[in-house]
Amino acid sequence: MRSQAMFFKARAGDKLADRQLQANLGKAKTRFVEGRAQAVVDYDAAPGGDFEALRDAASAIRDRVLANLDVWLETFEDKARARGAEVLYARDGAEICRLVVDIARRHGVTKAAKSKSMLSEEAGLNEALAAAGIEPVETDLGEYILQINDNEPPSHIIAPVFHKSKEEVAELFARTHHTPKKDDIAGMAREAREVLREHFLSAEMGISGANFLIAETGSAALVTNEGNGRMVTTLPKVHVVVTGIEKLVPTLEDFSTLMRLLPRSATGQRISNYVSVLTGVKGEGDLDGPEHLYVILVDNGRASLVGTEFEPMLRCIRCGACMNHCPVYQSVGGHVYGWVYPGPMGSVLTPLYTGIENALDLPHASTLCNQCGVVCPVKIPLPELLRKLREKQVELKLRPWRERFALRLWGWVASRPALYGFAARTAVRYLNRRAGGTDRIRALRAAPDWTAGRDLAAPEGRTFRELYAERVGHEGRTKR
Amino acid sequence: MTKEKMRVGLFVTCLVDLMRPRIGFAALRLLEAAGCEVVVPATQTCCGQPAFNSGDSRVARALALKLIAEFEGLDYVVVPSGSCGGMIRVHYPQLFDDEPAAAARARALAGRTFELTDFLVSVLGVAKVPGDFEGTVTYHDSCSGLRELGVKAQPRALLAHLPGVELKEMAASEECCGFGGMFSVKFGDISTRIVDRKCDNIRATGADAVVLGDLGCMLNIEGRLRRRGDERTRVLHVAEVLAGED
Repeated sequence: MRSQAMFFKARAGDKLADRQLQANLGKAKTRFVEGRAQAVVDYDAAPGGDFEALRDAASAIRDRVLANLDVWLETFEDKARARGAEVLYARDGAEICRLVVDIARRHGVTKAAKSKSMLSEEAGLNEALAAAGIEPVETDLGEYILQINDNEPPSHIIAPVFHKSKEEVAELFARTHHTPKKDDIAGMAREAREVLREHFLSAEMGISGANFLIAETGSAALVTNEGNGRMVTTLPKVHVVVTGIEKLVPTLEDFSTLMRLLPRSATGQRISNYVSVLTGVKGEGDLDGPEHLYVILVDNGRASLVGTEFEPMLRCIRCGACMNHCPVYQSVGGHVYGWVYPGPMGSVLTPLYTGIENALDLPHASTLCNQCGVVCPVKIPLPELLRKLREKQVELKLRPWRERFALRLWGWVASRPALYGFAARTAVRYLNRRAGGTDRIRALRAAPDWTAGRDLAAPEGRTFRELYAERVGHEGRTKR
Repeated sequence: MTKEKMRVGLFVTCLVDLMRPRIGFAALRLLEAAGCEVVVPATQTCCGQPAFNSGDSRVARALALKLIAEFEGLDYVVVPSGSCGGMIRVHYPQLFDDEPAAAARARALAGRTFELTDFLVSVLGVAKVPGDFEGTVTYHDSCSGLRELGVKAQPRALLAHLPGVELKEMAASEECCGFGGMFSVKFGDISTRIVDRKCDNIRATGADAVVLGDLGCMLNIEGRLRRRGDERTRVLHVAEVLAGED
């Protein structure tokens, strides 16, 4: 997927003005934020429940994997091969596309049913399949809606149509399926299911992601709510798993620890509707399962983070809690982030995976309020990572020269108390003149973005240091 | 109190110095009323947070060293801001990864640095404040104070000592107001949308005043309330409410 992240600021204005989007974002936010909060309360209230301890345990598991990623990858590879899977590695998106198309051709595939995979978005896999004459069909309801809406990109990693209302989907379905417009979600889901059933039965290949890879068993775990994942991974004769190398966990026990966190953090569910642990090809006597299983383990920038200050980002289990709780995401939605991953985790990953110079706004598009950090199930210090990316931008001289100059000048002045005192006194008097005897300034050329939306309260007139020096003088006290 | 008064350094912050000296004096009054000997280093300027958050760690380090030198001889550093307090307490020690000596000084100061209400409650155990505010208030929890320093119950406990104050909690009091320092200048329109939600929640309480502990949030919320035509809701720093008029 080509990144549009450079246009974040420019596109944010349109999203703020889009009243339908704003209404949709408000509703979705409430559902996810309140859902998670309640799930945490319930977990803590249960005997032995300690959500904070669970977060610690989960981040420790993830760190343990990252510390010896190569070893866990080999373990996984051995176990998966022993169960009849073919394990392949892809360096980048282009390699993913090449491998999947090769597999499809080898098995004479004309149609591929897909369950949700963000990595296939990274790779632009649907376009590559279509170009090779293979029809990709998205079967996750959200992804399906986007696909029939002219391949619109998802705006959220677990709820791809976070930005859409029920009414918008109803109209799209009526238009696309040539059916009367429905007004209930159950009816629309039934309609989609009828369309998709045909695809499930005719697709020769299923493509899925994996929420986790379990090293000790060589399994891929899928966490879904719709059941489409099971159809995709068991009905077609060929199943291809495309997932990141960082998705490994050592054991089933570790997987179960993480599963206590993932649904609660994502949707507020205690457990998702479906949890599938897929191991190997269809064996003798098995009723279902693929005859051929391929697991494509993808780097696409991940390995380069191992051992760096950004390694904690690889703990991410893609729950979406950071974006659900982000005041910026809540205001503009996911599309403006410009690439596959929106919100705080996307603002860290997009520059790291697509080039820091190609996503200059993203690390700054955060108030650093740390709401993301406190809800992250694996304790990724997201604001700290955003700040480190800002540092990289300064080091690489990627910030506008005016900004760099202004910061240096301000720092130079602030290191010189007498000069700073003079500058502060001057600034206060200037601002007061601009207030023109009122208690506020309505427009300030030095901060147009600020005064476009709000007034600036006028300063009191003199600085604290001036007033304090005077007071100390009057009282005849000397302090330091 | 012990025989010797504890010597408390007051770091008023650059925004208070510039925009609202009365908050600095209110903090001073609260500390003195609680029996502290308050020292206000005359050379103080800024903690360096704007540079730190903008990615200029060189400038941030220089200003951190300046502040450390100004305050390290004192028993405590008290800051009427969760944001600047968090900078000193949480981030100063991270600034000097390659300089063990400076890192040790930063850690030592960090351990003695407190946000104002946290200091009054957690260190001094204050049970009486000089203010005499009357009316209903709602409290906005500023992000850094809340999530870096755990400031949540402290300001409410202090406000409870004022018999005329009735606290009416707003919805989502822990959500960011959208200030974010340079964020509000770089992404003013997004910031405005965020602070609008805050203003809605404040208005819904019908409180006479929104009280908070950070001047950045204060300027942001007050500026937006006034632009929306709300001339009634007062926006007050918790120190002003607790200290009363001079």
